[in-house]
Amino acid sequence: MSAVIENHHDDHHHGPAKGITRWLYTTNHKDIGTLYLWFSFAMFLIGGAMAMVIRAELFSPGMQIVEPEFYNQMITLHGLIMIFGGVMPAFVGLANWLVPMMIGAPDMALPRMNNLSFWILPFAFFILLSSLFMEGGAPNFGWTFYAPLSTTYAPPSVTFFIFSVHIMGASSIMGSINVVVTIMNMRAPGVGLMKMPLFVWSWLITAYLLIAVMPVLAGAVTMMLMDIHFGTSFFNAAGGGDPVLFQHIFWFFGHPEVYIMILPAFGIVSHIIETFSRKPLFGYASMVWAMLSIAILSFVVWAHHMFTVGMPLAAEIFFMWATMLIAVPTGVKVFNWVATMFRGSITFETPMLFACAFVVLFTIGGLSGLMLAIVPADFQYHDTYFVVAHFHYVLVPGAIFSIMAAVYFWIPKWSGNMYDERLGKLHFWLSFIGVNVTFFPQHFIGLAGMPRRYPDYALQFADWNMVSSVGAFLFGFSQLLFLFIVVKTVMGGKKATDQVWEGAKGLEWTVASPAPYHTFSTPPKVD
Amino acid sequence: MFLNFFKYLNKKILFVILFITAPLINADWFALNMTRGITDISNEVFELHMLIFWICVVIGVLVFGVMFYSMYAHTREKNPVPATFDDNHKLEIAWTIIPFLILIAMAVPASKTLIKMYDDTAGDINIQVTGYQWKWQYRYLEDDVSFFSNLATDWDEINNLVPKGENYLQEVDEMVVIPTGKKVRFLITANDVIHSWWMPAFAIKQDAIPGFVNTAWTKVDVPGIYRGKCTELCGKNHGFMPIVVKVVEQNEYEEWVGIKKEEAQKLAELTTKEWTAEELVSRGQSVYEVNCVACHQTNGQGIAGIFPALVGSDIVLNNKERNIEILMEGVQGAAMNSFSYLSEVEIASVITYTRQSWGNDEKGDGEVVVPKDIVDYKEPKI
Repeated sequence: MSAVIENHHDDHHHGPAKGITRWLYTTNHKDIGTLYLWFSFAMFLIGGAMAMVIRAELFSPGMQIVEPEFYNQMITLHGLIMIFGGVMPAFVGLANWLVPMMIGAPDMALPRMNNLSFWILPFAFFILLSSLFMEGGAPNFGWTFYAPLSTTYAPPSVTFFIFSVHIMGASSIMGSINVVVTIMNMRAPGVGLMKMPLFVWSWLITAYLLIAVMPVLAGAVTMMLMDIHFGTSFFNAAGGGDPVLFQHIFWFFGHPEVYIMILPAFGIVSHIIETFSRKPLFGYASMVWAMLSIAILSFVVWAHHMFTVGMPLAAEIFFMWATMLIAVPTGVKVFNWVATMFRGSITFETPMLFACAFVVLFTIGGLSGLMLAIVPADFQYHDTYFVVAHFHYVLVPGAIFSIMAAVYFWIPKWSGNMYDERLGKLHFWLSFIGVNVTFFPQHFIGLAGMPRRYPDYALQFADWNMVSSVGAFLFGFSQLLFLFIVVKTVMGGKKATDQVWEGAKGLEWTVASPAPYHTFSTPPKVD
Repeated sequence: MFLNFFKYLNKKILFVILFITAPLINADWFALNMTRGITDISNEVFELHMLIFWICVVIGVLVFGVMFYSMYAHTREKNPVPATFDDNHKLEIAWTIIPFLILIAMAVPASKTLIKMYDDTAGDINIQVTGYQWKWQYRYLEDDVSFFSNLATDWDEINNLVPKGENYLQEVDEMVVIPTGKKVRFLITANDVIHSWWMPAFAIKQDAIPGFVNTAWTKVDVPGIYRGKCTELCGKNHGFMPIVVKVVEQNEYEEWVGIKKEEAQKLAELTTKEWTAEELVSRGQSVYEVNCVACHQTNGQGIAGIFPALVGSDIVLNNKERNIEILMEGVQGAAMNSFSYLSEVEIASVITYTRQSWGNDEKGDGEVVVPKDIVDYKEPKI
């Protein structure tokens, strides 16, 4: 892709407003992207602090630091905040910054709605976090909030939780509509669908998934609300309702949600590996098809989260086979990344380090996912630390490493300054070691028989839990270094060139660094 | 010098350190893998697990092997001019089809084992397992034997006040007993929220769901004591409701059933006995400690906002009829469930205990509830 750019001459006429109003009223995709990214970083640190409480309690057997009741609140909020406050807004922030620049559009298609979809988020999380101070405490039923624990048996704050989830859902749906409309209507001439950068493709698919499933989640929490306050019995067996129905609805949302948190990562990693291998991405078309197949399959595998609820044999076998099928397109993606690196001319700057770690560790998470799909074996794995290890491997060194890689990769374009490579590498190695020391032993703990969501455990699990906690503290505190690096880069540093990375391709690298407030006011020409 | 340091350490701190590190002596650094279990099915599951594990290891070694080779050999220093290829149709078809075949090779044996596990015909012995917050009830359907199984670990151990025992958190006051060589079928359900009954040694994990009866079966040939856990988040004490199954020879099993039946007989006799208030209070206290403390707390204060206090509650003080009714029927839409599954003696004594403790007897009418009251309550009302 090549482009001719001639649009940075009159930017200063339309610069940002001054002071706080710049951020409150902004409709600029770059400002909103920045807001999303900082917001998700704040949530990542809050959710991370909760993880520290969890790992501190699990450091050794016995109850030391918190009560079981509060422990349950921590695991619930940790999950909700990391998913809805950490990973998802971070990806939306990246989409805001990058999608318009990658397709040569001047902004998102619906800028005012863009502002709204961000600014309702802080209120959603304010409500959720304030439940910690309510009588009866915060939600304590796990991020999966299975009824009737989350309805009849829930603390009063569950109503606030429901309201908060509704707001998050509205924000996600608006954000997704914006992404779809932007990609469908605002591509510069010459940017055909099969010429779009993979990050744009990954977000187009993600946005459709979000639009499809967020209303399902909204439906689930509304039914809970009805059960709690209006005397219905959707999930109350005593009233003729069905607690398992809740799980079907939840996971019909929940499984696509899992891919919502990994597809954009696929896009990011593809760009980074291609750039630092200095070689064209292997199998672009198959990458697109793989993402599409993964997205479509994500709608027919939800019950693999529920193999132990007592489904009929035929259903168990169907969901086992369908789930295993996902390994095929996922495998294709991994093979493509490796083939892209093969015979390349590779250098290992921080983004590439994170991307390589992503490929290896995400694959480990994928392989343990394959093991979990095997129903008879899943009867032993289900709801143990093996599952915890599995989904943290795909979410932390998967989704979160991809976000960190993206920040290091594009921050020179955003801020105009290079980050400190030495510190970046240090952050990578601390995170890489921390993440593995934390989550690898959890495979052992789970196989040996420790269930998840346990505030205390039998003595044979003591050693690896202690190792895991030490790793978690290392990983957790390393993220303060990340914060420092980002702040330092934004404040100043070596000036970045427009191209930034020798092997980088794509329209975003053709604009100045830092990217002007308005880019592509006239569409670039793309061959 | 070093010893001096310890001398000056506060004794209390030393104890805390001791309790935190002591478990490491019991810990098992080699508990890395799934347990094989002791039934044919659990062995099959273990073999399946190992098969998939090794397939995954091989895939990992191949993929990461190529990747690490590239990372080593295709750096800019060693390979300054990158290749330019970006597709290879034969290769792409191969790496789509081959994984597909590998998956089928895994899924076929897995499906076969699953079909075996799904045999839900009646067992020689059928046991209804009911999950409660936070204990298990077992009812032997053929023998009319029924009991609750509670965590036996002392809360002082959990709170690090005394050293932890060998079976910390894995011991119960009453084990489920089953005989060897018989097909035992478990009918698993729940009374309040969803629980999950997991016995790793039998490779059984079935959710216990209110309103549903799930089945699972096993046939064990090796006598022994096997330990499992609740594996579905069920509230505060989710981590404190273990499962212990004792497998014994047939004759020992029959003996045990006989003893259980006798106990039930004696309990029935107790209902008709004349009770003094003191007897009821002391019996009630033990019932309270097993069934009520988790929510209403030892001091009867409950937990603000979730579990109401019994101290000074108008119902506990002055309304004996409503007091009985709540215990028998539960409170609609709240965490308080019916306790009508307890015996008349247990219900009467625990109500009496709450009415006479924590100063309630001075503030309220302090009326005693006797087993006869519960029997009367259960009489059909016309």
